[in-house]
Amino acid sequence: MINRRHLMLGSAALSLSGCKVFDRASDPDSALRQLFASHEGLTRSTQRALIGDRLAPEFSEADIRQGQRPNGSTDPDSTDYRRMAEAGFRDYRLTVTGLVDVPQSLSLADLARLPSRTQITRHDCVEGWSCIAKWQGVPLGTVLQMARPKVTARYAVFHCFDAIERSLSGEVFYYESIDLIDAFHSQTILAYAMNGAPLPVANGAPLRLRVERQLGYKMAKYVHTVELTDSLAALGYGKGSYWADRGYEWYAGI
Amino acid sequence: MPQGPLVYRQRLTTRITHWVWAVSLFFLMLTGLQIFNAHPSLHIGQESGFDYDNAILKIGAQKEGGTLRGVTQVFGVAFDTTGVLGVSGGEARAIPAALTIPSTQSLATGRVIHFFFAWLLVGTLSFWLVASALNGHLRQLIPTLADLRALPRDLVDHARLRVHHTADYNVLQKLAYASVLFVALPLMILTGLSMSPGVNAAAPWLLDLFQGRQTARTIHFLTMLALLGFFAAHMAMILLAGPLNEMRSILTGWYRTDGDRE
Repeated sequence: MINRRHLMLGSAALSLSGCKVFDRASDPDSALRQLFASHEGLTRSTQRALIGDRLAPEFSEADIRQGQRPNGSTDPDSTDYRRMAEAGFRDYRLTVTGLVDVPQSLSLADLARLPSRTQITRHDCVEGWSCIAKWQGVPLGTVLQMARPKVTARYAVFHCFDAIERSLSGEVFYYESIDLIDAFHSQTILAYAMNGAPLPVANGAPLRLRVERQLGYKMAKYVHTVELTDSLAALGYGKGSYWADRGYEWYAGI
Repeated sequence: MPQGPLVYRQRLTTRITHWVWAVSLFFLMLTGLQIFNAHPSLHIGQESGFDYDNAILKIGAQKEGGTLRGVTQVFGVAFDTTGVLGVSGGEARAIPAALTIPSTQSLATGRVIHFFFAWLLVGTLSFWLVASALNGHLRQLIPTLADLRALPRDLVDHARLRVHHTADYNVLQKLAYASVLFVALPLMILTGLSMSPGVNAAAPWLLDLFQGRQTARTIHFLTMLALLGFFAAHMAMILLAGPLNEMRSILTGWYRTDGDRE
């Protein structure tokens, strides 16, 4: 009796009735979910205040002990993408559009001519694993400067070749976004090479984003367009990224 | 049963924060196990070995002749844990549904709830620390020289399940509470922060301290097990010492002591 009484008072009672009572927190529209998700703004502003423009840790060649584990889409199968991949991405163009004065259309050769940055960093998947690899590419800031962002621009949105989801209503192509603080951070690059070789298809060929101070899902692969915008409301369900629209944090520094 | 006078043993700040921590740790553990299910292995070092092995624990499922078998590997030694770890309720999942929040697989939901209670724990722990430093409660948790001299006797008393009801905490109690509040919970918070790529940029020394993000993740998990061990001992001691008296003191602050019989 006493034992039971104590359990009733303690939180352990919750486990007796099964944790299913909290399953409704999985519903993005539930009040419970809204309550739990209320920490997101606090997490972002706290991290931003602590981090400033500091760099993510970088590692040495000796720390590269394995290949970069691919995740998410690993082999986009649209005919356009396939044709381009077979031709070694000769016809690939990166489009920079949206709230810019000088829209850009850049080939891989154009990108290779720009000053590049090489960094050995740790990729952290939201699932919990980590993998260290060497990335080389053009700082996103360089590309954005060429396009002359308008003062109203607040976010960089990335549109990708890979259909991450297929349903009767059509295909959902991967989309992701970051704010301009991360877009102009010196380690934020559009990578075209990995571990000293051209970026493999499994890892996002021909061009992928690296946002080293956030989790892996922010680092869009198979990028074809960077769009500057002042609002994320019109993108997907309005949370700013494929995974944010499915309950994950838009700011993924944690 | 103790027959002595009632003493005011737990202040309001201690009582409130105690229950906030109890609820927070409950959610943190079960959502933590949900998050763990997304990658149910523990590694040593900066990264997780895929092309090489740096795992100390791996939980997985294997298909054997049409049936799923749960396999748990600890330091490379495999155990069949079907029904509990690896495979439970007929599906392949590392930790069973009864021990995760939500019960279904949802990493996103697990993370959102985990971070909510992590903030709550850190907030109330900081509040309690400041309040307890000011009101003198902290001193009640630090063993004195006399306490340490009494340690052998206290160990023997506990081993014989002989419980004394005194106004002050006994030495084993002080050591247990102090290790949770000043060692386990700070370790939990710091190893948790070490897994954040944002915090890694802000405080790279954390990675040096714990020898890598994956080691920090492993320590985070092991400290959870230690806290679970504390919880079991805590419950056992409450039952042993008289649950009504113990519950009264953590709800109202008032505790009945042994009085003169001591």
